[in-house]
Amino acid sequence: MNQIIKVESFSENVVQLVVHAPRIARSRKPGHFIILRIDEKGERIPLTIAAADEKAGTITLVAQKVGVTSKRLCEMKAGDQILDLVGPLGKATHIHKVGTVLACGGGVGVAPLLPIVEGFKKAGNRVITILAARSKDLIILEDEIRKWSDEVIVMTDDGSHGRKGLVTAGAEEIIKREKVDECVAIGPAIMMKFTSLLTLKYGIPTQASLNAIMVDGTGMCGACRVSVGGQTMFTCVDGPEFDASKIDFDELMLRLGGYKAEEKEAFERFMQTVTV
Amino acid sequence: MQEYLKQEREQAWRVELRGKIKNKDRGLIERVKMPEMKAMKRVCFQNKEVNLGLDAKSAVRESQRCMDCVNPTCIEGCPVSINIPKFIKNIERGEFADAAKTLKETSALPAVCGRVCPQEKQCEANCFYTLKLKKDPVAIGYLERFAADYERESGQIAVPEVAPKNGIKVAAIGSGPASLSFAGDMIKLGYEVTVFEALHEIGGVLKYGIPEFRLPNKVVDVELQNLEQMGVRFERNFIVGRTASFDDLKDEGYQAFFVASGAGLPRFMNIPGENYNGILSSNEYLTRVNLMNASDDRFDTPVLRGKNVAVIGGGNTAMDSVRTAKRLGAERAMIVYRRSREEMPARVEEVHHAEEEGIEFINLANPIAYDADDKGRVKSMTLQRMELGAPDASGRRRPVVIEGSEYEIPVDVVIVAIGVSPNPLVPSELPELKVSRWGTIEVDAESMQSSMPELFAGGDIVRGGATVILAMGDGRRAAAGMHNYLQGK
Ligand SMILES: Cc1cc2nc3c(=O)[nH]c(=O)nc-3n(C[C@H](O)[C@H](O)[C@H](O)COP(=O)(O)OP(=O)(O)OC[C@H]3O[C@@H](n4cnc5c(N)ncnc54)[C@H](O)[C@@H]3O)c2cc1C
Ligand SMILES: Cc1cc2nc3c(=O)[nH]c(=O)nc-3n(C[C@H](O)[C@H](O)[C@H](O)COP(=O)(O)OP(=O)(O)OC[C@H]3O[C@@H](n4cnc5c(N)ncnc54)[C@H](O)[C@@H]3O)c2cc1C
Ligand code: SF4
Ligand code: SF4
Ligand code: FES
Repeated sequence: MNQIIKVESFSENVVQLVVHAPRIARSRKPGHFIILRIDEKGERIPLTIAAADEKAGTITLVAQKVGVTSKRLCEMKAGDQILDLVGPLGKATHIHKVGTVLACGGGVGVAPLLPIVEGFKKAGNRVITILAARSKDLIILEDEIRKWSDEVIVMTDDGSHGRKGLVTAGAEEIIKREKVDECVAIGPAIMMKFTSLLTLKYGIPTQASLNAIMVDGTGMCGACRVSVGGQTMFTCVDGPEFDASKIDFDELMLRLGGYKAEEKEAFERFMQTVTV
Repeated sequence: MQEYLKQEREQAWRVELRGKIKNKDRGLIERVKMPEMKAMKRVCFQNKEVNLGLDAKSAVRESQRCMDCVNPTCIEGCPVSINIPKFIKNIERGEFADAAKTLKETSALPAVCGRVCPQEKQCEANCFYTLKLKKDPVAIGYLERFAADYERESGQIAVPEVAPKNGIKVAAIGSGPASLSFAGDMIKLGYEVTVFEALHEIGGVLKYGIPEFRLPNKVVDVELQNLEQMGVRFERNFIVGRTASFDDLKDEGYQAFFVASGAGLPRFMNIPGENYNGILSSNEYLTRVNLMNASDDRFDTPVLRGKNVAVIGGGNTAMDSVRTAKRLGAERAMIVYRRSREEMPARVEEVHHAEEEGIEFINLANPIAYDADDKGRVKSMTLQRMELGAPDASGRRRPVVIEGSEYEIPVDVVIVAIGVSPNPLVPSELPELKVSRWGTIEVDAESMQSSMPELFAGGDIVRGGATVILAMGDGRRAAAGMHNYLQGK
């Protein structure tokens, strides 16, 4: 059992949880994720480790409500227990000194971006971060990101915070202004697709972190497969980060809808049980 | 071994039993039929066992068929050399608990093996009846299951004696049959044994792969409780190499490791359209249903239910998947296999059960492409017909493509069950570990010791996809090998 130590609400739909998991806190690196199952009836879902405190033996998760499990998770309180939590999973981000790094985070993707931004900064890079979301209340972790970035640009679709526009507008501006050596993009698949098309145009090596549907997270089921450079890869063990220029984002987007009907049904069932 | 078998055979009670019925009369008894739930009924339940088990009367009658041979060839067919006539004769004289005890001398999980061993290729293939009389063999598997079930249901499972603790910590990685039998042997020798499992349940394939209609979870759970009572510790949600490294575990005092991490990596065919929605590995499908209870509405995990479900492959995994699909409501549940029925590697009994349940067999056909609707959900598959050519290295006739024979069939779920590769997690964490071209860990065949002296391995990670009983045999050999190594240190 893994106890929730602290819960903080970032917005109506995004919650930060600090969870007791000492082994994982010790062995995790930026880019790693965990898989959790809330209780006996729960499903296994992957979440990135946004931060860890080795001394306190805790890891920090940021979850956005999208379906049954994430909703239930966001409603948990300090003191509650998560039945199963396994990790760290995936390959760690290749953090190295390259010069200038452009980090693009969309929506809840900012959570997994945070440890990467921190890592690149600590490795001696100049780090420029673009935070993007639909509106002001969906921009998360801004202060934490600022701490590890030389410059932060906030973009919202509706202009309610920072500048109005898409992540790509902010990114292109930077690329035109100064030399960017590497780019990292994490967010909705569509956002990563267009960021990647942009950086490809300018020949900037780009990593994207994929949020495929997963079950075990150990390479056993193949639910998380993606096409990268024409080859089938498993996101949980070969990723979650891949060379963005090689990812088949269209296929990824189709696959993310693979259980849509079943999930919708489960969600409706769930909502019924809560209202009754 | 021969001497020991002979001595046991000369025990007074067995001599007396042999005298009671003439061999000629034994040979006239017909092989018992396993009572089973009717096909029409059983396809409505994901979790009701098909085989109901023998009652005491028919078990005793079946045991009378066994002639307690001077040269019991059946034993040669059993990978762990169970003393088959001894346990069967114990059933004949009504000492069912002793029969179970005999099984436990060599097998850690007889209730499991009695259900899932490919007996027709192992013990029963080597029975005197099969070899010499050309008759149906003694139903060794059914009797094994009977004795083990009797013991479990009597509630008087003998917890084996455990040697005084020697204070030496050892770890088993993975919790499938190889690890469980390893853990049982090591704990008896006095070691402190911890079994680490990546998933949230103990049992490996026995839990996440083989469905309940073939192997009920409670059968496995009782064995697990037994091991726990003996002092084996289980750590769930713990991936060795990630949650903690081998070095971390050494620092925590573990002196040797048994790697039994299985062959968990599913293979795909790499044909066009294979990543469409609705096409998944048998591992994913069976894990959703067996580990996550996805077929039960009260659980959150979803599973795809299809009208036309095709399962690619002809092994046990394929049979388990297709029969699961039937139980989840498929109108057409089909096996697509590139060779003929005779070449299917699945247990004969499972193929037979699948047939009774209305599974369609499309033999001598292979998919070459898939097509999808505009949402990316698979809607049809293109099959190519095959014919059997000359035998290949395995002695089976090689399937050859018939050019121009392509045709399409409608499908909405496709399950790929064409085999698995060794789980790369552990080898990728240990660059100095010697692995084969296929990714299996190389070990000494007797001691199961790898190129790293403190590391032993067995089961599917060493053999590729094999069987439960072979994995268990490896676990036992590794325990002996490790014991030797640690005592000599
Ligand atoms: C490596 C990895 C790291 C992740 N890190 C985070 C994180 O830090 N914070 C966070 O909030 N989320 C993260 N995700 C996404 C998170 O796992 C999903 O949001 C979650 O599984 C949804 O589960 P659910 O039961 O709530 O929704 P479901 O009922 O399963 O799905 C609801 C809807 O969301 C869509 N959906 C389902 N699974 C995913 C998915 N994996 N990604 C995107 N959409 C999906 C479906 O199309 C469905 O319509 C990560 C995913 C991966 C693979
Ligand atoms: C669907 C299906 C049906 C089958 N039917 C039959 C049958 O009828 N008869 C038969 O004899 N055989 C059958 N088999 C084969 C048989 O189940 C396997 O040969 C046997 O289970 C192998 O045992 P094992 O101990 O090597 O590993 P497994 O049972 O594969 O267990 C390995 C375990 O290790 C865990 N693991 C992996 N890496 C790590 C790590 N780094 N740290 C911690 N844990 C880890 C995995 O999660 C897994 O639980 C079937 C297999 C399948 C998939
Ligand atoms: S363990 Fe398997 S092969 Fe050995 S006797 Fe039992 S059923 Fe036969
Ligand atoms: S070979 Fe057959 S008849 Fe002979 S001892 Fe073995 S099971 Fe009995
Ligand atoms: S989640 Fe199962 S293989 Fe990646």
